[in-house]
Amino acid sequence: MPRPSLNLSANLPDPDGFYADLLAAHDGLSKAESDALNARLLLILANHIGERGLLREAIQLAASTYRQNNT
Amino acid sequence: MTKIFEVPLYPYQRHKDQDATTPVRRKVVIIGAGPVGMAAAIDLAQRDIPVVILDDNDRVSFGSRAICFSKRTLEILDRLGCGDANVEKGVTWNKGRVFFDTRDIYQFDLLPEDGHKRPAFINLQQYFFEQFLFERIQELAAAGKEIEIRGRNRVEAIGAHPDHVRLEVETPEGSYELHAEWLIACDGANSPTRRMLGLDFVGRVFEDNFLIADVIMKADFPTERWFWFDPPFNRGQSALLHKQPDDVWRIDLQLGWDIDREAEKRPENVIPRLKAMLGEDVEFDLEWVSIYTFQCRRMERFRHGRVLFAGDAAHQVSPFGARGANSGLQDTDNLCWKLALVITGDAPETLLESYDWERVYGADENIMNSTRSTDFITPKSEISRVFRDAVLDLTENHDFARPLVNSGRLSVPCTYDDGPLNGPDCDALPARTRPGSVACDAPANGGWLLDQLGAGFTLLSLGVESPESVSAGPVSATRLALDAGENDTLAARYLGGQKAALYLIRPDQHVAARWKSFDETAVQSALALASGQS
Ligand SMILES: Cc1cc2nc3c(=O)[nH]c(=O)nc-3n(C[C@H](O)[C@H](O)[C@H](O)COP(=O)(O)OP(=O)(O)OC[C@H]3O[C@@H](n4cnc5c(N)ncnc54)[C@H](O)[C@@H]3O)c2cc1C
Repeated sequence: MPRPSLNLSANLPDPDGFYADLLAAHDGLSKAESDALNARLLLILANHIGERGLLREAIQLAASTYRQNNT
Repeated sequence: MTKIFEVPLYPYQRHKDQDATTPVRRKVVIIGAGPVGMAAAIDLAQRDIPVVILDDNDRVSFGSRAICFSKRTLEILDRLGCGDANVEKGVTWNKGRVFFDTRDIYQFDLLPEDGHKRPAFINLQQYFFEQFLFERIQELAAAGKEIEIRGRNRVEAIGAHPDHVRLEVETPEGSYELHAEWLIACDGANSPTRRMLGLDFVGRVFEDNFLIADVIMKADFPTERWFWFDPPFNRGQSALLHKQPDDVWRIDLQLGWDIDREAEKRPENVIPRLKAMLGEDVEFDLEWVSIYTFQCRRMERFRHGRVLFAGDAAHQVSPFGARGANSGLQDTDNLCWKLALVITGDAPETLLESYDWERVYGADENIMNSTRSTDFITPKSEISRVFRDAVLDLTENHDFARPLVNSGRLSVPCTYDDGPLNGPDCDALPARTRPGSVACDAPANGGWLLDQLGAGFTLLSLGVESPESVSAGPVSATRLALDAGENDTLAARYLGGQKAALYLIRPDQHVAARWKSFDETAVQSALALASGQS
């Protein structure tokens, strides 16, 4: 069985709605509270994915995107 | 009352080696009578290899230091003849509890499984542990084994030669020269041997201080490991409470990096901290207070010709995980049978290279685990603290987050996957007993499996016809035939769904190879491989 790889095509139904939910959750939070919320959210999603390979890919993708835009 | 660590156990006595006109040559010399050096000496003496320990002190470790001794250590002690003494005195525990701020967020059980002779852990002051090893040494000496400890014998200089090691030893009556065919350096984290031979010791320093206090109090906290993240009595830091025998409790408080170490150790500063933690009305006495920092590091190689390094001399980890003394005992467990085979000429010297491979592998695993625990317990950046707190916040109500909580991954023996001595595996058999792993204990013949493994190689036969012994050159393996028919635990651990299996088990109780049936040539070649003959 081939190892599943990260889905990088557009996959979110109602992207604007999702984005609005995300921002709404942060409404009125301090920077520290927002950071904490993001961290919890990330852990919840990571657990749901549950595939070390996928998560590694996602971490690499996020990290390399950062470097491209900042160097 | 005088404490055991205040009394000389092996006071200096003049030895005839000091009066010899030409330096005496000894088979094996061990530097250091800590837990690791004494375990090595016992193991070798039980294999009839003469051994001398030199120590610059004359008594057991000052203060408790190590308190948590793992199941594997207890199994090794059983083989060394002092498991019962330690377990009877120690406090047996399996359970832990984690607090975050004021909330009790999580409990765990380290051994949620029956069918093992020994518990996951006992707590015992290091000075008792050393005392029992010392008593075992005396017992072996009384039974005629060539084993001795020379107190207040400090090694001052070392010269490594192709066929021996030259030692200059300082005593209260002056110095003398001693030669060793083999030298085991168990001289602790600051290993003078390492320094004298100019060897490296690289790794990561953790910039944090911990206050460690052993207090004597009558308290009814349960026999559990209690760990706090960010408690009200030690804001922003961690804390640990753990029970030892004789109403002694270990308290460990993280202090941070920028502190005045001498001031923090003074009772007028320590006592208010402890009262904040234990409650104002709890009465206690301080037995031992110390401040420690730690490093995670290892030597690049543990073998340098005829000098072998073991224990803290070879590697150091953070105390979270209780991997210091426990891994040191796994070093000597791995080393001594190999060294004995080399000394008796039954295996080539190259067998010792596998000590280096296997225990470097073990040290790396321990360093990785203890570094990860440390990064969780003492977050080093703002974002790592954010993630750490997110895990702890989620844990209280969601089981999924619990495995992420890392208050110290407590010592378990490592499996030498792909180790140089491993022979064939058979995939159909259970993964937990694959080659490289420690043979898992199980009930057997009304007793315990590990107690029935011999001092040499064992051929564990489960439903397989095999001869009483199989040899490869001078080394042989002795059969232990067991019936797993009525024994579900043994069957689950060694057969999986299979009807029969044959395991070749090394003298240190690690599995070397396994099959579903007996083939003499296959067993002989696995035995030759596992004893370094091929
Ligand atoms: C606070 C704390 C808590 C710990 N908790 C745990 C735990 O729960 N579980 C665990 O497994 N480990 C724990 N450890 C680690 C454990 O104490 C060490 O790993 C262990 O003592 C190492 O044993 P060793 O024999 O290698 O070295 P040591 O015990 O340091 O012994 C070295 C010996 O060498 C001798 N020596 C040194 N130089 C010379 C010389 N030149 N000549 C002759 N002799 C010499 C010394 O006198 C000493 O006796 C803890 C450590 C600390 C500090």
